[in-house]
Amino acid sequence: MAGNGDGVTLLGYWASPYALRVKWALKIKEVQYEYMEEHLPDKSPMLLQYNPVHKKIPVLVHKGKPLAESLVIIEYIDEVWKHNPLLPQDPYHRAKARFWAKFADEKCVPAMFRAFSKVGEEQAQAAEELRENLKTLESALEGKQYFGGETIGFLDIAVGWIGCWARMNEEVAGVNMIDAEMIPLLSVWFQKFLELPIIKECLPPQDKLLEHTKEFHKMLMMATLT
Amino acid sequence: MASGSVADQEGKVMLLGFWFSPFVKRVEWALKFKGVEYDYVEQELTNKSTLLLTSNPIHKKVPVLIHNGNPIAESLVIMEYIDETWKQNPILPQDPYERAMARFWANFIEQKVTEPARDALLSQGEQQEKKVKELKEAMEVVEGEAKAKLNDKTLFFGGENGVGYVDIVLGWTCNWMETVEEVGGFKVLDPESQPQFHKWMANFREVPFIKPTLEPTEKLVEYFRMLRQARLGLVANK
Repeated sequence: MAGNGDGVTLLGYWASPYALRVKWALKIKEVQYEYMEEHLPDKSPMLLQYNPVHKKIPVLVHKGKPLAESLVIIEYIDEVWKHNPLLPQDPYHRAKARFWAKFADEKCVPAMFRAFSKVGEEQAQAAEELRENLKTLESALEGKQYFGGETIGFLDIAVGWIGCWARMNEEVAGVNMIDAEMIPLLSVWFQKFLELPIIKECLPPQDKLLEHTKEFHKMLMMATLT
Repeated sequence: MASGSVADQEGKVMLLGFWFSPFVKRVEWALKFKGVEYDYVEQELTNKSTLLLTSNPIHKKVPVLIHNGNPIAESLVIMEYIDETWKQNPILPQDPYERAMARFWANFIEQKVTEPARDALLSQGEQQEKKVKELKEAMEVVEGEAKAKLNDKTLFFGGENGVGYVDIVLGWTCNWMETVEEVGGFKVLDPESQPQFHKWMANFREVPFIKPTLEPTEKLVEYFRMLRQARLGLVANK
């Protein structure tokens, strides 16, 4: 059983960006944790017990109590381990960070998925929507080095994964997602963020992720043919 | 979000809203719970004011809270802002784990109850059936939570503190769900299979700062019927 005493356990999946952003939060906070890999699509009894509502990873178990939903988990981590704060102190800046994380999850990510999984006109429209929404997201940088300012914060780890997945997705699906001319500042930020040692060392092996992405794409394309 | 370009009287709180919006109502409930004075500014759905467009250029939607000239959008984000800015009568639990669970349930309500309900209101046929099914399944989960958390002593999800974050996020159901059902032409509410939820709704409606804010169902039905017809009319004409 996970969650022995005061311990922290993370149930995740190696190719999941949502598990990844929780890993980043734990890494920044220097929290020792036990990582347990779920062998999706099979779901372990432990996962089903700890997240009966959604039956999804990531799940964080702390002192025997489970939590689900990656951004909820990240805010919890930020509140329990107070050093290296992720969210800013000021309520208005916290609101902005939460607003933009929500924007990315609700406006950028679904568009990216549609651009990856559709074909023809639908794909073209989705890709355009993604590029435009990334442009909007870029405005939240406000000329800073990172969304968090001089150092990375909540919003950086909430959206940074998109830079990695979008590049892979656009290669496999054959549609432009990251347009460096359209989003010069965000492109630079994606690069800088993903090169940070603390961030880079948690990324899934890129060749394995590319294979995984190709397999997933093949599956989706076959589904559209039936 | 643009900042500093709108009403910047020190400490002034302004809320841009629509009278019929459950998202706006949530924010009002949060402000009233805290006893925060605010100016409510009614917006027009089709003729959006400059103030709305400059304070929420990304989504161009209500609610928008403007405090010290700073605009904040998205009802759940606004509620957290309110809770962090005005410390009296906390809305979210103090304990980090309980806070996280409250946020978890708020997300569940938004994704599995609120959004499908809105989609069901504005769709028909197979698409609507799919959303109604989702909604019914979600209500089973809500009833389960109500059974687990509520009793004769604990009337609300906020626990011993009374009304809390989850109650306010779910609260729209007690005034709008019947409207959505009537206008959309489907049934989701069922006192027999959802006894605890119905008890919670009845108690929520009676909360002194909530009761006077509830809109008459006939008024909501009339307005939402118009919205549904406008949406379906547009879809038919494509």
